Amino acid sequence: MNDSADDHPHVFPEGRKPGEILFAGLMVLSGGLLLAAITWQTAWLPGRGLAAQPRFWPAVSLGGIVLFGLLNFAARAGVKRTPGRWREALSWVLAVEYIGWYMVYVWAIPVIGYLLATLSFCVLLCLRIGYRGRALVIAALFGLAVVLMFKTGFNVRIPAGAIYAYAPDSIRYILYRYF
Amino acid sequence: MDLLFASFQIIARWDVFAALMLGAIGGVIVGGLPGVGAAVAIAIVLPVTFALEPIVGLTALLGIYGSSMYGGAIPAILVNTPGTPVNALTTYDGYPMTRRGEARRALSLAYSASFFGAMFSICALMLLAPVLARIAPMFGAREIFLAALLGILLVVITHRGQVLAAAMLACLGIFLQTIGIEATAYTQRYTFGAGWLQSGIDLIVVVLGLFAISQALILLMDKDKTYTLPRIEKVSFLSQIRDLWIYRRIAAVGSSFGVFCGMIPGVGEFMSQFMSYSYAQRTSKTPEMFGKGNPEGIVASEAANNSVPPAAMIPLLALGIPGEELTAMMLAVFYVHNVVPGPQLFAGQMDFVMALYLCLFFLNIIVVGFLFFASGTLMKVMLIPSRFLGMMILTFSLIGVYSLRNSLTDVAIASGFGVFGFILKRLEYPTSPIILGIVLGKLMEDRLRTAMARVREPWDFIDRPIAFILFCMIVIAVSVQAWTVLRDRRRKKDEQDHPCDRNL
Repeated sequence: MNDSADDHPHVFPEGRKPGEILFAGLMVLSGGLLLAAITWQTAWLPGRGLAAQPRFWPAVSLGGIVLFGLLNFAARAGVKRTPGRWREALSWVLAVEYIGWYMVYVWAIPVIGYLLATLSFCVLLCLRIGYRGRALVIAALFGLAVVLMFKTGFNVRIPAGAIYAYAPDSIRYILYRYF
Repeated sequence: MDLLFASFQIIARWDVFAALMLGAIGGVIVGGLPGVGAAVAIAIVLPVTFALEPIVGLTALLGIYGSSMYGGAIPAILVNTPGTPVNALTTYDGYPMTRRGEARRALSLAYSASFFGAMFSICALMLLAPVLARIAPMFGAREIFLAALLGILLVVITHRGQVLAAAMLACLGIFLQTIGIEATAYTQRYTFGAGWLQSGIDLIVVVLGLFAISQALILLMDKDKTYTLPRIEKVSFLSQIRDLWIYRRIAAVGSSFGVFCGMIPGVGEFMSQFMSYSYAQRTSKTPEMFGKGNPEGIVASEAANNSVPPAAMIPLLALGIPGEELTAMMLAVFYVHNVVPGPQLFAGQMDFVMALYLCLFFLNIIVVGFLFFASGTLMKVMLIPSRFLGMMILTFSLIGVYSLRNSLTDVAIASGFGVFGFILKRLEYPTSPIILGIVLGKLMEDRLRTAMARVREPWDFIDRPIAFILFCMIVIAVSVQAWTVLRDRRRKKDEQDHPCDRNL
């Protein structure tokens, strides 16, 4: 092995990761489509200098995405590939499941309130990823701690749940204000 | 002296002290969690700090920024997994020392070298502050444009082996900031008629998606890792500090590299660490021991990376130019409070600037004291399973993104960037060029427009000394990068033509 090469630790990736070409291709395609829409989506104002044109920076940036995307595509295509492109693409799609959970959590907050939504989210997501028993109790306690810290303590702007309207008069204000 | 008193008055408050404590200890804990890091924590805490006064909010963020690298050294040394990416080099010598039964010594060296680096940087910058205050007003629109351009260029070319991908992502960042109604002629850009795109894409939403949600997805999709924690022997506080004295030369040089790299936008911790580590190896009496548990390697790496945060505040405060993603996030706090960082702040509110440095000074004292006595307890945070941690980050990230405007659209955009960041992380592509593209792209657009109004001939753009120096630096950076590419290509061709030479 070359000594000079060993002088510097290697933390920069050297091989081609599965999905790199797919990603580069998608970036070039998206950049190209957006660039094609530039006359439709930006304005050119007569009598103004180039730097003051609203179209100038979108053109520069999208041109850069396409140019560097193509160069990156060409450069990575020359590197020995690691198989598993479509398996990698599948993992990108599978990650969307957790985004679904997240969106349901956000959607539920104005309905059932931050406390209930957070407790349910923490416990159900833990169940989904395979935890059982004591971990679920810890997840619920964690959810409670988050609510007490941010909503009760710091009074972070998160809407109250519609369900609180049905609470007894004596605790309704507390629920609205702190949970 | 009056300046120092005025700065003390700014920070002598209970809420600043509370922010300092929370930021410092929180940052260490976050740094000690492999796979979390300061960027995730700052992204989550950022919107919460908007409700606080600038000095309080910035103190909390500085606390996380400045202390996370201390915490990141713990898993790097004990379990060979860096807590934050910048602790990667610490694993090279830290973990072999742990295997030799010298875990406590390795940790002590990391803490004391980090402390030395940070203090060196703070002292250097406090001394430099009056000079910088004199230089800062010389930066007009064209100088700031060129400095931002240089920053973005350096961010791209410091991503060795990924320069083209980094350039593509920086361009994406610049494009993202153009979306919405532009401020001069009020025309729409890439809104496709959608109302929710007219106000543009919020930086905080992008930051939360790219850093917090994407990291949560990475952890949720991963398998739980189990770490076996080594036993840490008890050593007196003084003997822990004394060890650094032996390696004071390495610590001083490493810190100098850190200050130098921190002050240049876009360079940061990685470059300073490599320079420092290479220097330590080249000048060591035992270079063959590097990577096998040489204490000099830990000192070089930790002193260099911890001296960067105070220095990185210089381009941010003096010019309004963030050097990396963490300072880019801090810029948002300034803007929310209508405090515009730049020459005016540095020249007119030096007490505020000094107050931030004093906060960093006290922060380091708090952190190192906390770590020397609490490392044993702190290392237990590594036992939190990674998927459980993913659930925790996802729960925390909601506070940041939803409390901004209670908007489901913001959450959807952040989630989109979360998936995008997840893909980038899987491909080991950098995310920082996007954030810097957004922040510096806006700066470049505004300043270029202002500057060009006064430029008649192309040479007018660089007819002032600082503009000319910055222009020369840009030319040098591009030339060096082109030369490096050509040299690498030639070397690769030589290796292909004469494969046997490699083994000689």
